Amino acid sequence: MAIADLANPTRFLKFANRTIPWLSGLTVLVFAYGIDQAMLAPDDYQQGATVKIMFLHVPSAWLGMLGWGVMSVAALGTLVWRHPLADVAAKAAAPIGAAFTLLCLVTGSLWGRPEWGTYWVWDARLTSELVLLLLYLGVIALWRTVEDPSRAARAAAILTLVGAVDLPIIKFSVDWWNTLHQGSSVFRVGGSTIDSSILVPLFIMAVAFTLLFFTLHLAAMRNEILRRRVRTLRLMQASAVS
Amino acid sequence: MNAVNHMGFIVASYAAAVAIVGVLIAWVILDYRTQRLRLADLEMRGVTRRSAPARSEPAKEQAKEKT
Repeated sequence: MAIADLANPTRFLKFANRTIPWLSGLTVLVFAYGIDQAMLAPDDYQQGATVKIMFLHVPSAWLGMLGWGVMSVAALGTLVWRHPLADVAAKAAAPIGAAFTLLCLVTGSLWGRPEWGTYWVWDARLTSELVLLLLYLGVIALWRTVEDPSRAARAAAILTLVGAVDLPIIKFSVDWWNTLHQGSSVFRVGGSTIDSSILVPLFIMAVAFTLLFFTLHLAAMRNEILRRRVRTLRLMQASAVS
Repeated sequence: MNAVNHMGFIVASYAAAVAIVGVLIAWVILDYRTQRLRLADLEMRGVTRRSAPARSEPAKEQAKEKT
């Protein structure tokens, strides 16, 4: 099946039905291996045992941003090509991205208390991450407010593209401002500053979280297509009665 | 010592992850069931898309469950 074929909702549903069980199984396996490696990883010389929180915090931060990235590409698909699956993809990604952003904030807060002595500071990185969560909630509210899916999609697409400005702010906040949050330590010029005994489990957990994201996204897209079919059939039923 | 002192924060983080991911998975599964049941119900009443087959799989399954 060519990728272009997936643009057809019926073909996409067949693809999703076939793929989701395999993707779910792979996600469980990679998570099992990742958690095992994370638990076996040594304590950090500065953070001690709280480094184990990083195996959740860092991947969820990446996925919170990836979610908005997926929505931004989909928003272009909605506004430029008016593709029906583009707004299905955007709508399905929003709650998943919001959940990972929330997880990032919660785990970051639980790490901050023993390491920084506080659950929260209005630091540039933390604040821009909180703004991302608020943007997610805003776009979800917008989808729910406008009844017509195509009108809602256009409004949500504009908000998504405007909100995409927050992604580079999150990424570079630690370079642009003097923040309590540590600077880039994984993807940086000159290589990672993290020891491989911690970096390898971190990458395995990142792969597991990414697989989880795409499994849930595929399933949520399938649900959204079915929801639109239900809506269409109900409109047909209502027009037949009247 | 450090591990013991901070164990509560580590456990709370993993518990939060399980709770948030668990809610997400439950939402996706329950939403799928709801939409399939709604589609099956409409198709049972004869409301079908022009491009759809006469009776889809969800409708057949629900018909089986009712008999």
